[in-house]
Amino acid sequence: MISIRNIVKQYASHRALDDVSMEIEKGKIFGLLGPNGAGKTSLIRIINQITAPDSGEVLFNGQKLSQFHIGKIGYLPEERGLYKKMEIGEQVLYLAQLKGLSKSEASRRIKYWFGKMEISGWLNKKIEDLSKGMQQKVQFIATVLHEPELLILDEPFTGFDPVNADLIKNEILELNRKGATVIFSTHRMESVEELCDSIALLNLSHKILEGKVKDIRNSHRDGTYVLEYEGAKFSVNGNAPFTIVSETDMDGSTQLMLKLNDGSKINDVLQYMLPHVSINRLEEKVPTMNEIFIQTVSKPQ
Amino acid sequence: MHKIWLIVQREYLSRVKKKSFLLMTFLVPILIIGMSVLAALIVSKQNEFGDVKKVEVVDESGAFINTLSNSNTLQFSFTTDGYAKAKSGFLKSGYDYLLYIPPSMTGVLLFSEKKASALTLQAIENRLSKIAQTQRMIASGIDTALLTKAQKPVSVDAKQISEEGEADAQTAAAYIVGFASAFLIYLSIFLYGVQVMRGVIEEKVSRIIEVIISSVKPFQLMMGKIIGIGMVGLTQFLLWIILSLVLSTFAGAAFLKSGGIKTEQVAQIQSGPEAAAAQSAANEGLGMVLQSLSSIPVGYTIGCFLFYFLLGYLLYSSIFAMIGSAVDNETETQQFMFPVTLPLIFTFILSMNFVIHNPDSALSVWLSMIPFTSPIAMMIRIPFGVPGWQLALSMLLMILGFLFTAWVAARIYRVGILMYGKKASYKELAKWFMYKE
Repeated sequence: MISIRNIVKQYASHRALDDVSMEIEKGKIFGLLGPNGAGKTSLIRIINQITAPDSGEVLFNGQKLSQFHIGKIGYLPEERGLYKKMEIGEQVLYLAQLKGLSKSEASRRIKYWFGKMEISGWLNKKIEDLSKGMQQKVQFIATVLHEPELLILDEPFTGFDPVNADLIKNEILELNRKGATVIFSTHRMESVEELCDSIALLNLSHKILEGKVKDIRNSHRDGTYVLEYEGAKFSVNGNAPFTIVSETDMDGSTQLMLKLNDGSKINDVLQYMLPHVSINRLEEKVPTMNEIFIQTVSKPQ
Repeated sequence: MHKIWLIVQREYLSRVKKKSFLLMTFLVPILIIGMSVLAALIVSKQNEFGDVKKVEVVDESGAFINTLSNSNTLQFSFTTDGYAKAKSGFLKSGYDYLLYIPPSMTGVLLFSEKKASALTLQAIENRLSKIAQTQRMIASGIDTALLTKAQKPVSVDAKQISEEGEADAQTAAAYIVGFASAFLIYLSIFLYGVQVMRGVIEEKVSRIIEVIISSVKPFQLMMGKIIGIGMVGLTQFLLWIILSLVLSTFAGAAFLKSGGIKTEQVAQIQSGPEAAAAQSAANEGLGMVLQSLSSIPVGYTIGCFLFYFLLGYLLYSSIFAMIGSAVDNETETQQFMFPVTLPLIFTFILSMNFVIHNPDSALSVWLSMIPFTSPIAMMIRIPFGVPGWQLALSMLLMILGFLFTAWVAARIYRVGILMYGKKASYKELAKWFMYKE
């Protein structure tokens, strides 16, 4: 869907993107991650043709990105905003027309979406009369009204209460099921794990990680397991096929975080422990995206 | 192009639909007409509104007792008391001034409790001088009839000679038309240029800018805004002109009814043998101005006005849009506004004081060529007649000037609108200008 090839973007003395390439597959939800100032916004602005790269190119379905693609992209920037003094209905209509929708088609869809979001009664109100959450809903509608093939959402859940955040999440998933590709930029890693098929991680203007969320998490496994047993505390001696990372007393039970020794298998652990304790739980600890994020970003470059 | 049109529509409609637009449109002509009617009323009834100063006169020369007559601001009463007595009793006498004229008519003194106003002093000086001159001439044996004849003023009619023959120069009318159109252009550049700037700041502050420029190019947004607000300006001017015409017709009719009183007042103001002549001359002058106003080529002048109004507005509002893009709020605009408003104010003052009196001087010609000053300077010159090649050159330079300014402004604008929290300096602006797409 989107191929980003060797993008370089230079601002006066600061290089915002340095030879960044990535592939975003059609129909997938793609997470664009990175700490503040890593270059995410610069990259998003290049895909939106707000700015142009100094070198490199972006392909949209194999074609070089051009004005023609503007109507196929929907963009929800991190910093939201609408005209404060303009009626909401008029405003969404205006933004949809700028994206190339005809007036009648836009009006029809506005009715549909405002009904769906249960804010039909607010069409003639001004933005300044609305609550923050309500404004966000309007902005979301403005982003998706022209049924874009590519949705770029920068922190889409900020400003929503849990109920509305869930509502928006379901809308995003529905749009994705209907075929929209989504680029999703956020700092909330739990929503990355929940929503994204694959991610790219930017740090200090470079892409430092890319791939499917599942693969990335699996490849970051380091043989750490969690074992929980009941009963008296058992002290592990030097013959154990593992080393203990941490040991936590729980109410009546103990939780061990352990790391396999080289050449050992998880069955060896069970064999070693079974005669002594009653095991409640044993599972491999697959690192979360949050842990991978922190680990990768804070690694010295 | 289609998208620019959408932007123009929004900018235009969102402003025209506002209550403040209607209020401005209807209030301004009412205020202007109201104020001019009020001013005319005050002038025509100066005795009632104005302050009449009472002057006690001690005339030891005896030359003024029958000749110094009251005016609508000065009321003279002669006292037979001596100078010393009048002076000592002055503060309690209730008079505003005490005028002492010694026998020789030299060393005349004017006393008052507060400082005498320069105007009053001048008025008294003028009256005394005139009377004294006449007295002296009569004293040296000149016939009064001869004197009246000798004092008749000379009137000069200005004529213009061209290939087609000669015509009245209509200097007064040119003066009025030039002044009015230059003033309107000056005013509107500020009025609507600042609106453009506010609009840009609004979009930046409300953060809608990023959504919009993901749909249209920054240049399209900037030009759409400038054109839209320019059309608001044209609409407002059109409505003002229509309303003013309607209102002034009514006000004029009402005012004419009290015209009789006015003539009497004029007669009262003017005294002495030249009064009647002066009054008829004034009437004649007014008639001539009105007549010559109608003789100025209307289509040509309005065409030039519209051209310089539009191009001047376009040029300056590009700069205003650039300023708006560089700041985060309106208070920060000060440092950039100054260098923009300075040449505008400079041209305006120079035009009103110099160009209008010397429309063909080298300085005037230069001012009417430079795109930043020509909208005002050229409009002053046009009613006086401008050679075709100068007008054409000035218009060409104006168009080129606008294109260049818009190009520079757009390059800074496209970067500025996405910059937050960075204090913009001129150096910073230059850097933005150099950025690639």
